[in-house]
Amino acid sequence: MGDAVSATTNIPRLSQDEIESPPLSLGQLTWRRFRRHKMAIFGAVVLILLVLYSFIGSFFLSEKYANYTDTNLRLQAPSSTHPFGTDSVGRDVLARTIYGGQISLLIGLTAVTIETIAGVLVGAAAGYYGGWIDAVLMRITEAVLNIPELFLLIVMAKEFAGKIPTITLLGREFSGSVVVIVVIIGLTSWMYLARIVRAEFLSLKENDFILAARATGTSNNGIIFRHILPNSMAPIIVTATLGVANAILAEAYISFLGLGVQPPTATWGNMLDGANSYLESAPWLWFFPGMLILLTVLSINFLGDGLRDALDPHSRAV
Amino acid sequence: MNDAQPLIVVEGLKKYFPVTSGVVFQRKAGSVRAVDGISFSIARGETLGLVGESGCGKTTAGRTILNLYTPTAGKIVIDGQDLTNANKVDLKEFRRKTAMIFQDPYASLNPRWTVNAIVSEPIRVHKLFTKEKERIDKVNELLNLVGLSSRLINRFPHEFSGGQRQRIGVARALASDPLFIVCDEPISALDVSIQAQVVNLLEDLQDKFGLTYLFIAHDLSMVRHICDRVAVMYLGVIVELGERNELYENPLHPYTQALLSAVPIPDPKRDRERRRVILSGDVPSPINPPSGCRFHPRCPIGKEHCKMDIPEWFEASPGHWVACNEIKG
Amino acid sequence: MDNHSTPLLQVEDLRTRFHIPEGTVFAVNGISFSIKEGETLGVVGESGCGKSVTMLSILGLIPIPPGEIVSGKAIFRDRDLIKLPESEFEHLRGNEVAMIFQDPMTSLNPVLTIGRQITETVRTHLGMNQEAAEKTAIELLERVGIPEAASRLGNYPHQFSGGMRQRVMIAMALSCNPSLLIADEPTTALDVTIQAQIVELVLHLREQLHMTIIWITHDLGVVAGLADRVIVMYAGYIVEEALVDDLYENPCHPYTVALLGALPRVDRRRDHRLNSIPGAPPNLLVEPHSCPFAARCTYVIDKCRVENPPLLSVAPDHKSACWVDIKSSTTGITR
Repeated sequence: MGDAVSATTNIPRLSQDEIESPPLSLGQLTWRRFRRHKMAIFGAVVLILLVLYSFIGSFFLSEKYANYTDTNLRLQAPSSTHPFGTDSVGRDVLARTIYGGQISLLIGLTAVTIETIAGVLVGAAAGYYGGWIDAVLMRITEAVLNIPELFLLIVMAKEFAGKIPTITLLGREFSGSVVVIVVIIGLTSWMYLARIVRAEFLSLKENDFILAARATGTSNNGIIFRHILPNSMAPIIVTATLGVANAILAEAYISFLGLGVQPPTATWGNMLDGANSYLESAPWLWFFPGMLILLTVLSINFLGDGLRDALDPHSRAV
Repeated sequence: MNDAQPLIVVEGLKKYFPVTSGVVFQRKAGSVRAVDGISFSIARGETLGLVGESGCGKTTAGRTILNLYTPTAGKIVIDGQDLTNANKVDLKEFRRKTAMIFQDPYASLNPRWTVNAIVSEPIRVHKLFTKEKERIDKVNELLNLVGLSSRLINRFPHEFSGGQRQRIGVARALASDPLFIVCDEPISALDVSIQAQVVNLLEDLQDKFGLTYLFIAHDLSMVRHICDRVAVMYLGVIVELGERNELYENPLHPYTQALLSAVPIPDPKRDRERRRVILSGDVPSPINPPSGCRFHPRCPIGKEHCKMDIPEWFEASPGHWVACNEIKG
Repeated sequence: MDNHSTPLLQVEDLRTRFHIPEGTVFAVNGISFSIKEGETLGVVGESGCGKSVTMLSILGLIPIPPGEIVSGKAIFRDRDLIKLPESEFEHLRGNEVAMIFQDPMTSLNPVLTIGRQITETVRTHLGMNQEAAEKTAIELLERVGIPEAASRLGNYPHQFSGGMRQRVMIAMALSCNPSLLIADEPTTALDVTIQAQIVELVLHLREQLHMTIIWITHDLGVVAGLADRVIVMYAGYIVEEALVDDLYENPCHPYTVALLGALPRVDRRRDHRLNSIPGAPPNLLVEPHSCPFAARCTYVIDKCRVENPPLLSVAPDHKSACWVDIKSSTTGITR
């Protein structure tokens, strides 16, 4: 076989065809399973299109344009110059949905990052260490869970509005309210993930390979982050994916209540708020942002479903 | 094989697990006395077999000896070093000198790690080779030692059969050049034809590296084949300990006798000829072991006093120890 | 061999396959055997050899799809079970043919009491009323050695230990006085002393009830103490068939020889290393055309790699599927 000769001669050698070699790694298997989920592919495609819409779109229409008001053009129905119409102060709805999309998606992603980090840290510590650490962390988690999210969002939004300065990122200016929203959503959504991660850790830490790691002398941190965590990625990925949808909706709620990102910065949510008085007279004001929210949330949900099935190790399909 | 000082000395080792009850506030309702005072020693290069049926505590004993469970009481001395009150540095050194091979080839390897990562973990944890190239060379060497091709180094556990996974587990156990390996039912989950492969491998490695084994198993035929001395456990205590041929040919304790007579022999004529001792009832729970001699409810020769007298552990003949009220020195 | 009695069960050229995404699993590849009334047949083999699939095929318990019984007959009392419609099977299973499995926890319903499960079986198949059924249930539990049987009727499966549960399984299996009992690794998961109890019980019942038993196991030791005749399976084929004494004293197939050589003995001093069988069982996804054991066989000749040997008589009541007469062969390991 051309390998280094074993010094011990009695060990049976395995020939090439005795070595089972399925051609697929775990990643490839997962991809295969994902591919069969038509709705998930559809969701992924739509999501990619939406992201492209929001970000490529900004090359064609500048932000200045999105915020440019001309009261002579107010409340115009969709036309060739303004495909999505104009709003109550004459701004182009199409452009605003593009920039609004950027903010909504950005909020979704950053909020989810915060909540994932927080949820994983809390869940891992509680699940792995158990005892009083678990008890304390879980009581905190349950306490925060019991506070209605919307209530918390509203209270914190009112409290911190105007207190955070504007930041500039990637050439765009973000009002402090965006930061506030992101942090609030992140801090009110981590609990679900914490419980899931805790459950995963509780069951995974009983496995023999964890005992083997301890017998080797691996540190607790090593076991948590390099052994157990990689094996619990599935629910984390799924929860994070669906969390993006939740965050976008949460932003929409708050903004709709007027407590979120303030105009002139556009978000899909505050565009809905702006459409409130014109529900029947100018339906294009709520239709387009609403549709975009709907499409985004739906496609994320389909994607999440597909990921959940693909990552499920018990799934029989290949 | 027998050096001056034994490599492993275990004295009065106990491991209890608390049983809690109560929904809001959990209080201790009792203990599962999984290991309830065992003592033995293992010489360098020796293989000691630890046998017993489910619930006897042998697996718990193996894990407690390696400090994977903190002992409730008792002393463990490895290579002259007393483990009670060992500090972190000593403990880490202890981990390097010891290793464990597990029963379930499907659960004992991290499914997300490559063979390379799995086998090299002890090397990385104990910083035995600092350069990546040296580590990979060592991993290849270990894989070859256990009969696996180096080409498999970047594969994942799910791509291997049970026997191959067990070999990966053996390679991992050898990675830190240990002195002592606890083999916890290493072949029970394998097919018969693969069991022989793995057992032969373990023996070859022992010859080559002078390893000392604690071989925990319930397959008494295999234990006789591979072990030098054998200890029989029942409900958390050792009831008999002896050199293998002496124990198998001259079992003193009624439980050992029943156990040996229950083992099927792949030889119909011999099987028909022999006398079977059939025990009645099931193994009682380790939460509330019977009083006196733990075996008395099922013992074919038990007498009244066995319910009260705890049998004394004594040497019936050189090297042959037993704890039974009906057998006195 | 008694020529006057027709076999209770006669299986002819049974072939079962499974169609899975990776391909086709050739699980059982043309096996034929028979069993007479009152006989105990041991079916021995390692995992994947097809021993369980064979029995499940006979009893119509293979899910179709993905399973497919490509060909074969299983004649039980003048009826071909392979062709039997499911509706008739329901009357057969648990009644004329009973099966017990390795893990009683999964074959007993965890949410029904033992008493209910036994009485239901008895009432469905034998049409008894509740009172008679309960009486029968108590008798059965006593017969299999469950102490205080009457009070245990109301217990649930999880309230019994492993050995007790297996006794309950046996009681249920025997409830309708089946002609044939098929036991699929019933003692594999049990401790050795409990296994001895169960084997003792089965031997006792066998004598009392003149049962016909097919006992499937991988344990050559258990089979030695139970069976009258043994078939050895490998990769979906029968490689050897013999009366029990003859198989162990005089194995003719290299796989049987190798298997016996790989076993340690509790009653003998160690005198040599275990003869391990190199390699691993063949991939069942490949349609077999040569001898399935060729890659691992120490007696292999060129013919083995090209053509699969048929199961032929090599001595009275002794068949083996091998091209080589290993007794006179100069190759291979000698003990």
